[in-house]
This record gives sequence, structure tokens and C-alpha cells, in this order.
Amino acid sequence: MSDVARTTEVAAVDSPAVVKPKARVRSTKAMIDRYKWYEVAGLYLGIALFLFFVLAPFIEGFLVSLKPLSQLFSTPYSFIPKVWSFDAYVNMWSSVPMLGMHIFNSFFISSVVTLIVVIIVVPAAYAFARFNFAGAGVLLGMFLAVNMFSGAVLLIPLFRLMRSLGLLNTYFAMIVPGAAFLIPSSIWLLRTYMMRIPRELDEAAWVDGASRLYTLRRVILPLAMPGIVVVAIMTFIGAYAQQFIFALTFNSKTEFMPLPIGLFAFFGKQEVIWNELMAASFVGILPVMIVIVFLQRYLVAGLTAGAVKQ
Amino acid sequence: MTSTRSATLFAFALLAPALIYILTIVAYPLLDTFILSFTNASLRQDYDFVGWANYLRIFGAGNFTDVIIRTFVWTFFSVSIKMIIGMCGAVLLNAAIPGQTLFRVLTMPPWIVPMAIGIFMWGWMYNGQFGMISGLLQNFGIVNGPVAWLAYGNTAFWATIITDVWIGVPMVTIYFLAAMQSIPKDLYEAAWTDGAGRGYRFRRITLPLMVPAIITMSLLSLIATFNSFDIIWILTQGGPSGSTTTMIIDTYKTAMGSRKYGEGAARAVVICIFVSLFCLAYFRAVRKLSQGEAK
Repeated sequence: MSDVARTTEVAAVDSPAVVKPKARVRSTKAMIDRYKWYEVAGLYLGIALFLFFVLAPFIEGFLVSLKPLSQLFSTPYSFIPKVWSFDAYVNMWSSVPMLGMHIFNSFFISSVVTLIVVIIVVPAAYAFARFNFAGAGVLLGMFLAVNMFSGAVLLIPLFRLMRSLGLLNTYFAMIVPGAAFLIPSSIWLLRTYMMRIPRELDEAAWVDGASRLYTLRRVILPLAMPGIVVVAIMTFIGAYAQQFIFALTFNSKTEFMPLPIGLFAFFGKQEVIWNELMAASFVGILPVMIVIVFLQRYLVAGLTAGAVKQ
Repeated sequence: MTSTRSATLFAFALLAPALIYILTIVAYPLLDTFILSFTNASLRQDYDFVGWANYLRIFGAGNFTDVIIRTFVWTFFSVSIKMIIGMCGAVLLNAAIPGQTLFRVLTMPPWIVPMAIGIFMWGWMYNGQFGMISGLLQNFGIVNGPVAWLAYGNTAFWATIITDVWIGVPMVTIYFLAAMQSIPKDLYEAAWTDGAGRGYRFRRITLPLMVPAIITMSLLSLIATFNSFDIIWILTQGGPSGSTTTMIIDTYKTAMGSRKYGEGAARAVVICIFVSLFCLAYFRAVRKLSQGEAK
């Protein structure tokens, strides 16, 4: 199992380089990185194509939210709105009456999931990082294997479990299974991080008579904080981006629905009011997107180290 | 702090919450799936064991093998395209040109935006009468009339693949980019000094050294794609006439649509068997690759 760790660790160590500006690199390796003009043009063209594929749905979605419905349902197609209209952003609040609630629910569910995962994962990651107990490798492998089974496969027993626990149609029906599938990759990520904290620090605390729990709290926790932050952000994004199947299956109360499901109910109608759907989508994801833009440097670190996840 | 008995006890105390959580929410349901697959469970509380009847029924019906084959074809194309686009993206984002950091950030949205919301946008783009893809193709004169991408089996199959690729590409790109940057720079400099061109350096240095990353990512992506549910469910719900019904969709329909829990569980068990095989392949590959690295 430790072999698996090593590859991940390599990625984790190197990942910050992905976002760092390459000022130094450019000065020392100016020659090797020098492009001819047509190479530069080719690169920008390639990047433009690549980013167009990645961003097209968002650009189109945004433009759709600004087109009046009559223009949307007219031919020939035009990419740029002929008439700009913000009506969709006004009308959506009455078309999706609980939109505000859905936005809050998405945020709330992801936050609670993150809290649960962090509380459970910190001690577990420490145990895997520091103690060579019998069966550690097998256990770690089991945790990872769990990660590979999607919630969709386990829906039937989970549904029965939620029903017998009386959790159907509550926030917990979405929170509890959501957290379970994010725990293994988080343990993995944080364990990798904790293994880089020098063991001598634990031993020094031990020699000074600190208990194991005290060592964890006062020595390891502060040092592991950056790692914990990355884990928390990754978990939050995982919980936020993948909110669908549990919410679809285990909850039918509109007031508890997270944003994707709230809008899916709207989407599933015969006559979809597309401009309002897009407007509601953009407004719904805006708060979280703003936060994430500020945290983007943690994302690359977490994404590459936590690639075990996907 | 070595492996004394108290240390082991302490380690298990630290692990207990995680273990209990995973055992209850994942391991027990997994076991329950196997048990249920031998019963005729439905919405009623009580059920009877029926032996292999569920398995005989699903494999006897004929269309289940079609579903399995379709799932594999769908997964194969989706993973391959993700790897190719991801590699191209990594090469492009690795080039030392102005705007690099911005381009890297712009790659991430499909991964951090709630999947369902990205899929809604694709749903509109695939719209036949008024959608962007059909519209632009008509404007450029490539197709004559409107094409309702999700209305025909063949196009719906590819449309769902493309959306799945779109969601997977950011992670593959960033992962490949990180792997690319962990290749020692002096290798490139040495080759460059010897007069090796950019293409030659990519073929002879970058690609060979990225083989471990490519294998790891392909297998991870395989598992994730095989389990893909949201995209197909939102875009087509497995239709038209079953042409995008993969094993996951099929299981969901049987279990949650028709409430045939027993039969649905049997279908889920077949998925579990495939996923376990992929998992084994993944663990073996990672172990082999890191042994190779140590040499």
C-alpha cells in the first residue's frame, strides 16, 4: 500500500509548482522556452480551442440567460443576443419560488458534509500516517476500494437503511451518504500530508511526557493545518459538485432540495423556460464560485494529490 | 512510538469513527446488495429468498448483455477521448507563454460547478430546434436542417459521451500537467543541447516518463466513467429507446423506477464485480509502477 502512497506523494510535492509564476524558470531557461512566432500562434490557437470546449456551455448558458424567451425560440440561431434582457433574472424568483432556499440548502449540505468529514478524517489520517499497526495497509486499501463503488450501486440498501433510520426526506438523507463517499479520499490526501511532518517532533513531545492525544492536538494539528484546509476545500467542492443522486432518491421535500435538484424539477417540465433556468443556475452557483476563485491555488494542490478520488 | 500494544490501541481508537462510518454506510449496504440480490425484495418490508432466480432472469432476458456491451463501448470512448484531450490540454497549458496561470484557472469550471448545472447547459446546447450546436452547424452550412441530438439513439449516445468527456477533462488535464512538471528539467536541457526538437523531446522524454501517470489516470477514469449516472439521467434518462441505458441507469430504473429491489440488487452486483476487477487492476498497476520507479 505504501507504494500507492509514494506516487501520490510525488504529485503532492510537485503540485504547487503548477500555479507558481515561472519568473525564475523563464530567466534561466529562456533559450529552451523560446518559441517561433508561428509556434506561439499555434499554441494560442490550441488553447483557444481547448478553452472554448471547456467554457462553451457556460458562455452559451450566460448568453441564453440574457435573451428574451421569444428570441430563444426563434430561428435562425444567433449566438449573441439581439435584444439584451434581464427579465429572466427577475422572473426566475417567481418561477422557482424556493430558489433562495435551494441555494442555501446546497451550501448548507456541503458545509455539514465537510465538517463531518474533517472531524472523522483528521484522527484517521494521523493513525495511518504514524502507527505501523498490523493490518494498516489492508485497511487503507479497503478504504480506497470503497471509494471506487459509486453511490448509485448501493442505492437500494442505502434507501432501505435511510428508511429504517427514519432519515428519508431530511437533510441527513443527503448529508450522511454524501460524507461517506468523501471520507476515503480525504484520509488518503491528509495522510500523505501528515507523513511529511517530521517524526522527530512527535518523539520530542513523547520524551517530554506529552500524551499521544496531546501530541496530536498541540503538535500535529497546527502543523497539518494547511493540509487540513486543502482537504476541507476538496471535500466541500466534492460535496457541492456531486450533489445529485442521493438528493434525487432520498428526498422529495422541496424545502430541503439542493440547487441541482431544485432546478432539475424545473428542468423536467414539458415547457422549459430556458433563460430563467440558466439565470437561476448562474445566480445559484455565484456565491460558491467567488469563494473558489480566491482559493484556486489550494485546488490544484488538492486535485493532483487527491487524484485517487475522481 | 513504535508498534507497542498501546500504540495499536490508540491507532484503532483514532480510526474508530471512520471505520464505523464506512462500515455502516458503505460496507453494510454492499453486503446487503449481495443478500438482496438473492431475494424478491420490493417495497414491502418482508421478502423471500429466491436463489439464483434474479440472475437467471436478467441474463435470460437477452437485453442485459446488450446493456453490458453498451456500457463498455460508452466507457471506452469516453475514457479514451478524455485522455487524448487531457494530454493535449496539459501540453498547451505547460507551454511557457503569457497568460498561463489564467488559462489554468479557466480550465477548472466544469469540475467545480455542480455537475447537474453544467449538464443542464449541455441539454440546451443539444436542443434540436434552437440549440447552439445544431444552430451553429446550420449557420455554417454544415447540416441542412435542425438536428435534435438527444432524439436519436446514435447521436444521443455520442452526445452523452461528449458531456462526460467535458466533465472529466479538467481533472485529467491538471493531473497530467502536474505529472509533466515533475519530469526533471535537466533531461530536456540535455536533449535540447544535443539539438533535439520540441516534438522529439515530447516523444522521447515526456511521453515515456508520463506512462505511469497515464495508466493511473486511465484506470481511475475508467472506474469513474463506468459509474457515471448524472449525465445520462439528466440528458436522456437512458433513452431514446434504451440507446444510452448503461448498467448504472439500468440498475437505477429497475430498483427505483420499478421498485424491484431484488432484481435491481442482482444488476448492481454485476456492476460491483466489474468495478472490483478494475480496482484490482488499478492497485496492481500502481504497485508495479512504483516498484519500477524505485529501481
